[in-house]
Amino acid sequence: MKDLRFNSVFDIIGPVMVGPSSSHTAGAARIGKVVRSIFGEEPERITIDLYESFAKTYRGHGTDVAIVGGLLGMEPDDERLADSLKIAYDKGIKVAFVPKSDKVDHPNTTKITMVKGDRKLTVTGVSIGGGNIQISEINGFKISLSMGTPTYITIHQDVAGMIAKVTDVFSSRDINIGTMTVTRESKGEKAIMIIEVDDRKDHEEILKKLKSLKNMDNVTFFE
Amino acid sequence: MFYTVKDLIEQSHDYPSIADLMITVEAENTGRSKDKIRSLMERNLEAMEHSVKQGIAGVKSVTGLTGGDAKRMDAYIDDGDFLSGKPILEAVRNAIAVNEVNAKMGLICATPTAGSAGVLAGVLMAVRDRLKMTRDEQVDFLFVAGAFGLAIANNSSIAGAEGGCQAEVGSASAMAAAALVCAKGGTADQAGYAVAITLQNMMGLICDPVAGLVEVPCVKRNALGSSQAMISADMALAGIKNVIPVDEVVEAMHRVGQQMPSIFKETAEGGLATTPTALKLKKEIFGD
Repeated sequence: MKDLRFNSVFDIIGPVMVGPSSSHTAGAARIGKVVRSIFGEEPERITIDLYESFAKTYRGHGTDVAIVGGLLGMEPDDERLADSLKIAYDKGIKVAFVPKSDKVDHPNTTKITMVKGDRKLTVTGVSIGGGNIQISEINGFKISLSMGTPTYITIHQDVAGMIAKVTDVFSSRDINIGTMTVTRESKGEKAIMIIEVDDRKDHEEILKKLKSLKNMDNVTFFE
Repeated sequence: MFYTVKDLIEQSHDYPSIADLMITVEAENTGRSKDKIRSLMERNLEAMEHSVKQGIAGVKSVTGLTGGDAKRMDAYIDDGDFLSGKPILEAVRNAIAVNEVNAKMGLICATPTAGSAGVLAGVLMAVRDRLKMTRDEQVDFLFVAGAFGLAIANNSSIAGAEGGCQAEVGSASAMAAAALVCAKGGTADQAGYAVAITLQNMMGLICDPVAGLVEVPCVKRNALGSSQAMISADMALAGIKNVIPVDEVVEAMHRVGQQMPSIFKETAEGGLATTPTALKLKKEIFGD
């Protein structure tokens, strides 16, 4: 099968979302939600770099509001999105938006840095239209994550044997792993696995099993 | 899976309908059951119905730039004294309604994008009673539109920031035209011609949102995009073909999108967005 940007009819008809822009609002909220899941907890400080079209029209399209809503864990159809900046403020989360003039590969790009205590994570997300997104970089590592396939994201302690334990959960259910990205904040600290699989079956049991593993902090599943 | 509109049309001959092909492909690609896929689509249909109704009742956007025109159009249709036809005007009214709801940060279904969400919902709600469409047939309508939309998206673009408004309202109008042809009993080939006719007329349309907002001219472009979908569908149903094959039209739209300067691609740096009135509005709304 050719590598297509759009594989599902729901990439075209959908999502049901809060307006006004699928790329600048829904896609932005989705990026925020994924970044939050990769980070695994509520941050204290957030810096949001915006590029090209995102940088120029973010206020009019509610891109700022949507990214922060996503970072607070909201979905694109959450009607609380419009109030996300106030909600973040009330929680004491510091948020900064930085419009950038640098050239990047795609016009709707944002680089999000989340900080809590000593923990820091930087993720670059791209909104490719119709609410669809890609994650292109984590902590400086180039990756290509389409979020259009079933994806598990784990946050765990950087100790020996974690990868084997996690992959065993999939192989024991005869689920093939399509791509897998492993990265960490620093040696012996928190590590992240992003696993794209070919089959969404048993995802609830898999989530439960993964979460019960020793040294596992958090696991999220994206359909 | 189909990659081009030609693939889609050819593969559809092995299925009872284009909607059946789309649902089969979706089930193969995602591992979801066909029932689940249909119920997900029905949820989209419900969101569309709700947004049309809400918009016709009358809404106002956060900035006050748009709102109230769907209501105005509804009253005009009720008066019964108009130039063009009632189905077209209802499609126009419905499309305005959805995009007015979108502009006030209300709930809509993106088809293919939020900025172009009015077109498909607009035409479907305008023809479903006339064509005596069952609930299942209305859901099928969305699968047909989605199938053509996928073939356009994978060979061109559906993002204004990548390809200008032709990629958004152009694609939406083309998808809607194809679905209308099928709903009216036309062939897959005729649906393909309707896509070609629509896209070639939308080609070059820039994305120049005033103050960077999805309001002006987006609401009216959706209105006219829906009217064009109806007319392209009628042309194709009349037996009118297109000289340039549909996939070449899609490819041409892609090239035009790439060649389009970035000032016309959702950056609010050209076209209507830089008129004196637009700049004044931008200052009033954002204060700089």
